[in-house]
Amino acid sequence: MTARVDTVTAKTARVGIFMGMVRRDMTAAFRHPSDLVNPLIFFVVVVSLFPLAVSPESDFLREIAPGVLWVSALLATLLSLDMLFQSDFQDGTLEQMVLSPQPLYSSILAKVMTHWLLSGLPLTLLSPLLALMLFLPANGTQALMLTLLLGTPVLSFIGAIGSALTVGLRKTGLLLSLLVLPLYIPVLIFASGAVQAAAAGLPIAGHLALLGAMLALAVVLAPLAIASALRISLSG
Amino acid sequence: MGERLLEGIGLSCERDFRVLFESLDLAVSAGEVLQVEGPNGSGKTTLLRVLTGLSEASAGEVRWRGEPLRKVRQNYYQEMQYLGHAAGIKQSLTAQENLRWHAALAGLDCEADIDDALAKVGLRGYEDVPCHTLSAGQQRRVNLARLHLTPAKLWILDEPFTAIDKAGVEAIESLLIQQASQGGAVILTSHQDLQHVPGLRKLELV
Repeated sequence: MTARVDTVTAKTARVGIFMGMVRRDMTAAFRHPSDLVNPLIFFVVVVSLFPLAVSPESDFLREIAPGVLWVSALLATLLSLDMLFQSDFQDGTLEQMVLSPQPLYSSILAKVMTHWLLSGLPLTLLSPLLALMLFLPANGTQALMLTLLLGTPVLSFIGAIGSALTVGLRKTGLLLSLLVLPLYIPVLIFASGAVQAAAAGLPIAGHLALLGAMLALAVVLAPLAIASALRISLSG
Repeated sequence: MGERLLEGIGLSCERDFRVLFESLDLAVSAGEVLQVEGPNGSGKTTLLRVLTGLSEASAGEVRWRGEPLRKVRQNYYQEMQYLGHAAGIKQSLTAQENLRWHAALAGLDCEADIDDALAKVGLRGYEDVPCHTLSAGQQRRVNLARLHLTPAKLWILDEPFTAIDKAGVEAIESLLIQQASQGGAVILTSHQDLQHVPGLRKLELV
């Protein structure tokens, strides 16, 4: 009986830390809206420069739209990785998180999910507008949103590993990109491939299944890697 | 003498090929206050981080209630409260929000006590002010308010008196005495002379 009560309280505590973490990061982020808006503005600006710089031809834009949209989304996510652990490391709250009796797995899961809610999700919601600008057909737009929905959380999880590894260092920008970009490539290839296929009227279930598998793998394994990386960064 | 809580056996630590301390033994039992002293750069903070398990010692072992720290990490963190060198609070959040988050991290349900804890550290009326508008000393006080909320057996405090005024220092001292008399233990670093703490032990790092 007591054992059951213990597991129940442990479960509520885990939910408590998860929600507490999400609430804290959300509140903190919304008090500095500029950090949130920067990646989005980057996304919009890069995509809207292509028609100006390359060609406003609709056939041409339709052709390059999947690649341009996905590359811009990927770079925007890369830009947003800074807000993940850096400030927590500086003000000492990161070490408090590691020293908590709660499993580090839950707090990390909550942190990365919040990061996605504040970066990947807005990018996904914004993408149809930009797709329209690049003359992407409707079924291509649908595929774009689906791939972003599955792909950007993977980018958040992989990016968090790199961010956790470099958080103790002074200048992290270039190193973080070098660490993370190679791991982003598979997501980029399958996601933009799916959008291209959909725009050409081909089925994309296979692409989506692969992206889904990557997401499942990232949710399960990335927090473990992030936890170890954080412990290494904090021990220095 | 109370039950032996934390032990360090033969601890050594080096940084950039410089030995900070070597074969250091220490033990803290329930009811004790241990003050770690030493000049700047002598490795006080490093020692505390080793004792919390954040850093690894290059040699030696830390034990919690007789068990190696690696094996009982979760139990240890349940009963240990660490206040680090950094303030440990988010600048953009209010004092209340910061403490609420700390309580969630510690798995405590103490929503009702948060305002009370803030009042005890002299921050009544500052509960819902963003912390970046508070002074350095007040920010340290927000962090110290955690000591009023935690049921932890062992406190590890890194320079708790930094930026705290005289009345505040006295309040912390009486808090330390209270913790020791209730069967808890404290390890702290400080350059301050703690006059009123009975049974204070000192550890000198050179």
